[in-house]
Amino acid sequence: MSDLKFEDCLARLEQIVAALESGNLPLEESLKVFEEGVTLARHCGRYLEDAERRIEVLAKDETGALSTRPFAAPTDEEP
Amino acid sequence: MSTGGRTVFTVSELTEKLRALLEERFPIIWVEGEISNFKVYGSGHAYFTLKDANAQMRAVLFRNRARRIRFEPGDGLHVLAMGSVEVYPQRGEYQLVVELLEPRGLGALQLAFDQLKARLAAEGLFDEGRKRPLPRFPRKIGIVTSPSGAAIRDMLRVIGRRFGELHIVLAPCRVQGDGAAEEIAQGIRDLNGLGDVDVIIAGRGGGSLEDLWSFNEEVVARAIVASKVPVISAVGHEVDVTIADFVADLRAPTPSAAAELVVREKQAIVETVADLTHRLRRSMGRRLEHERRRTEALVTRRVLTDPSRPLRDLHRRVDTARTRLGRGIDALVRRVAHRLELATAGLRSASPRARLARDRHRHERLEARLRVELAHALDRGRHRLGVAAGQLDSLSPLAVLARGYSLTRTPDGAVVRDARQVRPGDDVTVLLQVGQLDCRVITTREPQSE
Repeated sequence: MSDLKFEDCLARLEQIVAALESGNLPLEESLKVFEEGVTLARHCGRYLEDAERRIEVLAKDETGALSTRPFAAPTDEEP
Repeated sequence: MSTGGRTVFTVSELTEKLRALLEERFPIIWVEGEISNFKVYGSGHAYFTLKDANAQMRAVLFRNRARRIRFEPGDGLHVLAMGSVEVYPQRGEYQLVVELLEPRGLGALQLAFDQLKARLAAEGLFDEGRKRPLPRFPRKIGIVTSPSGAAIRDMLRVIGRRFGELHIVLAPCRVQGDGAAEEIAQGIRDLNGLGDVDVIIAGRGGGSLEDLWSFNEEVVARAIVASKVPVISAVGHEVDVTIADFVADLRAPTPSAAAELVVREKQAIVETVADLTHRLRRSMGRRLEHERRRTEALVTRRVLTDPSRPLRDLHRRVDTARTRLGRGIDALVRRVAHRLELATAGLRSASPRARLARDRHRHERLEARLRVELAHALDRGRHRLGVAAGQLDSLSPLAVLARGYSLTRTPDGAVVRDARQVRPGDDVTVLLQVGQLDCRVITTREPQSE
């Protein structure tokens, strides 16, 4: 499941929860979608947890090619 | 040169004196007037006339000065022009060399702002329809601002507090002064060039109208419009409105607010996933609990503890059902029979066979009547025939002959009724009932008297 599918994952998870909460599914079907839901929830959670804080600044060499390097934020001299 | 006490100048001398006089007398002056005949030449220099109700003068705005003027001069515009008067001896003309133009009334910046705003609006660049929605789950956020300004500091602080785990790329640029606008535009283009930036924030902290001016420049507006990535404008404070705000996909009142707009969605989604996970487990747990209770209830039922009970129940149910079934069928049969009857009767009355039968019956009646009538007619005919025949008999000479009379006729067939019809010696034929006699008259006797 790629990051691009995150939105789809979430939509499917919402769908499954709604179906389970309605209580209209046969037990066997319920167990099947529950398993799918758990997998989706895990993927969504991992996607969110895997995000890391990275702050970079764009730099350009003589040829105009772009690169990035870490950016040190200006010190916060708030009172 | 002096001729007979008169002082005579050459044209050049006089022109030179006038030039010196004018240029020394009016080195830098302000002139108020209305622009007309404004024309920019290929060289980039602009020539125009400044005039009022009673006078006019030529004026020139050289290219290097024109660049510093932020609004667009044009015919009809009432301006204050600062510059010096210069004389061109070759043509005997003087003109105002303009260093600075200011619109009369509005400030120059305000006029420039209004002019650009009207032009871009006319192009449809402010239409809500061309604004893109922000991504719900940005992974990489591009920021175009000064690396040392208050804006980047504020934004990083907000993002760190709300949802630190974001990938941020800063496109560093100057945000005020000459060339800043071009750097801002380039920053937007560079972040687009990375290819994986989800949303761009372009902005700076608060300042004077002059400080914020770069964000009112057309080059920045064009870069925002051309950006494939949605752009949030975040310039100055809440009250500061720039051209960039109008063309951006979303206007944030401040840089901090822009950061909040971006990361709020991310935060909400973390909560959403947590909530969905919780509800998923809870609803499944409830379902399982429900099924477990149902199973228990079934296990403890007598159906499973007293095996004969269900059989008895079944028997009773079968009996009841059978009775109801029998009653049901009877009723059904009756209903069907009744309906069938109704239908048959209806059908019968409507059937062609019924009509045929009716017609045949009528036909038979008619035929019988016809037959009777015919018999009567025959009888009547026969009767009339009998009567006629009787009459005919009584009239027949043969009937007379039968009674012993005879009929006498001359050879030519005439019936002799009068003795005078014949003479003695005439042959006559006497017809009897049976046969005839050929006779000759001997004597004729006429009656004596009557």
